[in-house]
Amino acid sequence: MSFDLAILALLIGVSAIAAITLRDLVHCVLCLAVTFASLAAVYLRLGAEFLAFSQVLVYVGAVAILALFVVLLTRTGEPRAESRFSPQVMIPLAVCAFVFTGLAAAAWSSSLKDSPEAVGASMKLKDVGRELMTSYVLPLEVLGLLLTAALIGAAILAKADDGEDDEVTDLGESQGQQQRPMVATTHSDPKHD
Amino acid sequence: MLGTGLIKGMAETARNFVGSFLEEDRLTTVEYPEERIPAKEAARSFPFLVFDGDDAEKGLRCVACQICEKECPPQCIFILKDTAKKPDFVGKMQFQPKVFDIDVSVCMSCQICVEVCPFEAIKMDVDFELSRFDRFEGLLIHKDELSKPNSYFRKIHPTDAAAVDANLAAEKAKAEAKAVADAAAKAKAASAAAAGLAAPAKPAAAAPPPPPTPADPILKSASSSTAGPGLAETGSGKTHAPAHGS
Amino acid sequence: MIEWADQIFVLLKREILLLVPVALQPLASILLSVGPIMGVFATLFAATTVLERKGLGRIQNRLGPNRVGPFGLLQPLADGIKAIIKEDVVPYRTDRVLHTLAPILIMVAALLAYSVLPLGRNMVALDLDAGVLFFFAAGATTELAIFMAGWSSRNKYALLGAMRAIAQMISYEIPLILSTVGVLMAAGTLSTTGIVEAQSGYSGLFPNWYVLTPWGFAGFFLFLIAATAEANRSPFDLPEGESELVAGYFTEYSGFKFAMFFFGEYLGLFAANALAITLFLGGWNAPLQILDWVPSYLWFFAKLLFLIGLSIWVRGTTPRLRADQLMNFAWKFMLPMSLVNILASGLWRFTGDGVLGWLVCGSLVAGSYYALGLNLAPKNAVTKRIYRFAT
Repeated sequence: MSFDLAILALLIGVSAIAAITLRDLVHCVLCLAVTFASLAAVYLRLGAEFLAFSQVLVYVGAVAILALFVVLLTRTGEPRAESRFSPQVMIPLAVCAFVFTGLAAAAWSSSLKDSPEAVGASMKLKDVGRELMTSYVLPLEVLGLLLTAALIGAAILAKADDGEDDEVTDLGESQGQQQRPMVATTHSDPKHD
Repeated sequence: MLGTGLIKGMAETARNFVGSFLEEDRLTTVEYPEERIPAKEAARSFPFLVFDGDDAEKGLRCVACQICEKECPPQCIFILKDTAKKPDFVGKMQFQPKVFDIDVSVCMSCQICVEVCPFEAIKMDVDFELSRFDRFEGLLIHKDELSKPNSYFRKIHPTDAAAVDANLAAEKAKAEAKAVADAAAKAKAASAAAAGLAAPAKPAAAAPPPPPTPADPILKSASSSTAGPGLAETGSGKTHAPAHGS
Repeated sequence: MIEWADQIFVLLKREILLLVPVALQPLASILLSVGPIMGVFATLFAATTVLERKGLGRIQNRLGPNRVGPFGLLQPLADGIKAIIKEDVVPYRTDRVLHTLAPILIMVAALLAYSVLPLGRNMVALDLDAGVLFFFAAGATTELAIFMAGWSSRNKYALLGAMRAIAQMISYEIPLILSTVGVLMAAGTLSTTGIVEAQSGYSGLFPNWYVLTPWGFAGFFLFLIAATAEANRSPFDLPEGESELVAGYFTEYSGFKFAMFFFGEYLGLFAANALAITLFLGGWNAPLQILDWVPSYLWFFAKLLFLIGLSIWVRGTTPRLRADQLMNFAWKFMLPMSLVNILASGLWRFTGDGVLGWLVCGSLVAGSYYALGLNLAPKNAVTKRIYRFAT
């Protein structure tokens, strides 16, 4: 492992640990963004330009921002000062360990582990595109379908607030919407003056 | 159709852009330090003290009555009475201020001091370029700097100054006539020699006295205790004094 | 001679590199690429601030700055000195690390984008295979910087401005990227130099620029609009909205940090305009064949100045959009229009640039523009408002 990759690995590790241990949730998300960015740097170092730039564009530019939005929209008050770990830490830790062992075993047994740069360097962007549209067209299309389904689902969820199907929306919202014209009429009533 | 409004707007701004280079009257900017618009007659900045004649000490109209000091809302005037007296424009002995300071950083240019002054001694200046390097002592303006000749007052507020001059002249003529009558009565009663007149003969006294009916607006508004409307009226414009008098 | 004038900077760099010891050559090469880019665009920034202020002044029938130096041309110098010597006020409760990092990150992100922009023939700092993608990736990080600035300030105006900015930038990033897809399809590459080279040459009198095709024309304007929104410029300046949010996400910044934000914003604008030139206006290619002798970098900067002037003009014309209008415009007009545009550019590939192509693609683009515009129009006509009590 070369020196620059070691630095990047250290950065990834530190920022990932910081992302789960820091008290302030916004700091956690920003550390997560650092993790994403340094992962992209690893990809770039290995010669996978397209993957690196997509990583930055999608993960730093969209996923981290989305996480920030979620944190800001749900946050209540100051960050807590007490224990950083929840008692159920063991279960996710076990899952993570399992996934990590699986991935590590796969990487270790792979024939690519001795020359990581060989694959990336030979892949031009055009080849990536051709591979995506030929060998990997089915996963690509399935992913596209999944994302479309998610998008439509999000649109339906957002549409439910429109007030047309009242049984879905909470009553306070629809009442509030109905009240608004009433207030307006009372204001425009000349006798009320 | 979408976008037509934007194109119309951009055509308008382009016309403005090009027009501002071609037509001089589009640009209304006055480039201040080089170009100046002459001050409006009703303009006012901060008060100053008026003196008659050439000597600021001798001709100062202020009699240190301290009414302005008491009336000043932000309390920016400081007056110290002198023990010595000096004759005023009709020759009556009056007090004079030893110290007369106005803190222009405190003054709010309300003109109430002008309204309340019964001696026409304090008036509003039009000089607004009062930047100083020392913001404490520098903005505390003393008597010597505050005193400005009546000719300056005539120059900056001609209409107002004419009315004030006429008023003062009428007062002086009245005082002189009274003095003459008093002297005559005294001479008749005591058959003593007429002492002559105390006041030096002035051309204004020799001139036909102006119509006494148009009362001076400032005195008038000062006599009515409400300062607000009087303020607004005196500051309203150069055609003010005749309009008020009629 | 023509060749020499065109390549003078490239040759100069090569000559200087020969003077440097071999061990230091990579470093020197980096410095010789980065230094001029930063210098030139900082100068352009200074020139643009004074041009913008004078131009906006003229649009409003004012004179604009004319005090410092001849015709006020040294105004940016005065502004810069003022920004540097001003006190750097940091509010007590701020998150100091993020507060300091944010302007740096925004500058870094904006400057990174320049590394893939071809400023002239053979004049690109980094000829990446995925150059356009790199550009957008660098641009995406500015969102994070803006959020950091708004959040770390502990100020409601700053936070509101940051939220608005991010919502707006995420919404407009999609049409921004989608509007370039047509070009990428036509050029068959993501490399910026490759795209410029694909637009070289002339068919008849006209150059082979993508803006001179129906889908390219629509794409160019979609790109410009989305780039204006990305740069938070009028009419999309809601995040800054002086009348509502003081200064938006940089409310709590002063002195040099504020200047860095300002600089970063303009750098982003230039970069977006430069990419528009690269993608649609033929990069450094001359518009007419007989003008081919003019050095390529001059053409690039002439086009850049033209687009900067256009953005100043638009800023002087348009009022600020309302938040719902902004989102409606992004999702109901820009997004479908850019999708239709991709379809049109795909069709263009099969129909060719003959009459058929113009007819099919042109009618597709124009028709969808008209239909989407109708959809965007206010539903009920604007009537005269009657005030019952206020007289």
